[in-house]
Amino acid sequence: MCLAIPGQIHEVLAAENLAVVDVLGVRRQIGTDLLLDDPPVKGDWVLVHVGFAMSKISEKDAQEQIELLRMLGEAAESRDEVSSSAQDPQAEPDDATDSRGEPTP
Amino acid sequence: MKFVDEFRDADLIRRAAREIHKLATKDRTYRIMEICGGHTHSIFRFGLADLLPENVELIHGPGCPVCVLPKGRMDEGLEMAEDPNVILTTFGDMMRVPGSKGSPLESKARGVSVRMVYSPLDALKIAKENPEREVIFFAIGFETTAPSTALTLRQARAQGISNFAVYCNHVLVMPALRALLDDPAMRLDAFIGPGHVSTVIGCRPYEFIARDYRRPVVISGFEPSDLLQSIVMILRQLNAEEPSIENQYRRSVPQEGNRAALAVMEEVFEVRDTFEWRGLGLIPKSAMKLREAYAPWDAEARVGIKGLRVLDPEGAQCGEVLTGRTKPHECRLFGHDCTPETPVGALMVSSEGACAAQYRYGRRPNALT
Ligand code: SF4
Repeated sequence: MCLAIPGQIHEVLAAENLAVVDVLGVRRQIGTDLLLDDPPVKGDWVLVHVGFAMSKISEKDAQEQIELLRMLGEAAESRDEVSSSAQDPQAEPDDATDSRGEPTP
Repeated sequence: MKFVDEFRDADLIRRAAREIHKLATKDRTYRIMEICGGHTHSIFRFGLADLLPENVELIHGPGCPVCVLPKGRMDEGLEMAEDPNVILTTFGDMMRVPGSKGSPLESKARGVSVRMVYSPLDALKIAKENPEREVIFFAIGFETTAPSTALTLRQARAQGISNFAVYCNHVLVMPALRALLDDPAMRLDAFIGPGHVSTVIGCRPYEFIARDYRRPVVISGFEPSDLLQSIVMILRQLNAEEPSIENQYRRSVPQEGNRAALAVMEEVFEVRDTFEWRGLGLIPKSAMKLREAYAPWDAEARVGIKGLRVLDPEGAQCGEVLTGRTKPHECRLFGHDCTPETPVGALMVSSEGACAAQYRYGRRPNALT
C-alpha cells in the first residue's frame, strides 16, 4: 500500500494542482496538491502514490548516495578495479583494509 | 537517472554486502526489524537475507496496512456493501483479503457492487458519475496514504458531493512501534524506518526511539542497495553504541516531512481514542477518524459501526508473524491450508504481506542464491 513509484513530470496542467507524469513508460494524470511548497516543473522527478505526487526526488542526494556506496571497500581495491565495471568476482569479503572511513549522512 | 535501476547495480550491492560482513562482529547477533511491508517485499524479492552474515537477522514488522486491519473492520466494511444502493470502492490490495464471510472479490462475484480503484479520487469520480448511488471508499493505509484520502474528502466537501463517504481505517506508525518496543518479549536491536511514511512525517517523530529506547532507526529507500546501505548504517550505530535517527533515503525524505500533507490530514482527521490492530490488539491513539466537520462524508457516522471484534481462524499465526515473533514459514498453515489461492490471512494476499512474499520468492528461507 505504501508503494510509491518514481515518475517524471511531463507537463504541468493549467488546471489547479494537476500534472501529467511518465511512470514506467505510462502517462498518467496526478494531483500535485502535496507539493504546494515547491511546485514541480517539467522534467522534475516525483514519487507517485495513489494518484498524487508525494515528494520530489533529489538527483543530487541520489548521486551522493551512490558515491557513498561506491566508496565502500574502495580503499582495498586498486584504481583499475574501481574503474572497471560491475563484475570482479575475485574481490572477496575478507579485504584487510578498513574502509569504514566515510561519513554517514 | 531513473531512480530505480541505479540502485539495483550489482557492484553497489556487492560492496554494501561486503561492508556488512566486515561490520558484523562475530560475538553478537543483530536483530533488525524492517517496519514497512514494502521493505519486506523488496527483501524477499531480491533475496537480500541471503547476502547477510548469519548473525544479522531481519525481522518483518507490522507495516502492512491490509495485514494489520482486523477482521471485524473488514466484515463491517463488506456489510455496508450489502446495501444494494451502495457501491463499495477500495484498493486492489484489499480485493482478496479474507473477511469472515469471504473477500471483497467474493462479494463482487455474488453480485455485490464492489469496485477496485487506483486512487481515492477515482472513487469520488464514481460518485459523481452515479449520483443516485451511495459511493463508499474503504480507506486504508498509513500516513503515506492518508493525505490522499484527506485531499479527496476536501474536494468532496468543496464540490458538495453528498453521495460520497469514506470508511476510514487509516492508522499511525508511531503508536504501533511504541507498542512493539514496550513488549517485554520483543528482542529487537534496531529498525529500518519506513521510507514513504517518512516523506510525510519526516524524521523527527522517531527521535524517542533512539533517546528513550536506545535503538537506532535508519529511514530507508526500497531498492536493494538502499536497504543494504541502511543495514551498514545500523551496524555502525550498534557497534559504536550510539543510537540515532539517520536518513538513508534523503533523495525523497525531507527532514521535516511534507507540510502540505500534514496540514490536510490535520484539517480532515482527528486521532481515535483507540483502534484494534491484528497481532497488537487495541492500541490507544493509533488511528484516525474524520473530524466533526466531515461527518456527512463519514461512512461510520452514517451507517453506525458495531465495533465487531472477530478472531482469526484457529491455527492462523498472522498476529505472531506481524509482530516478528514467528517467521511466515513457521506458521502451521503456511503453504498447506494457507496459500495465495486459498488465503487464510491477509498476509498471504497483500503485496506487502510477509507470507505472500515468502511464498512467492522463496519458501526455503536463507537458501543460498
Ligand atoms: S501463513 Fe496464512 S495463516 Fe499463517 S500467518 Fe501467514 S497469512 Fe496468517
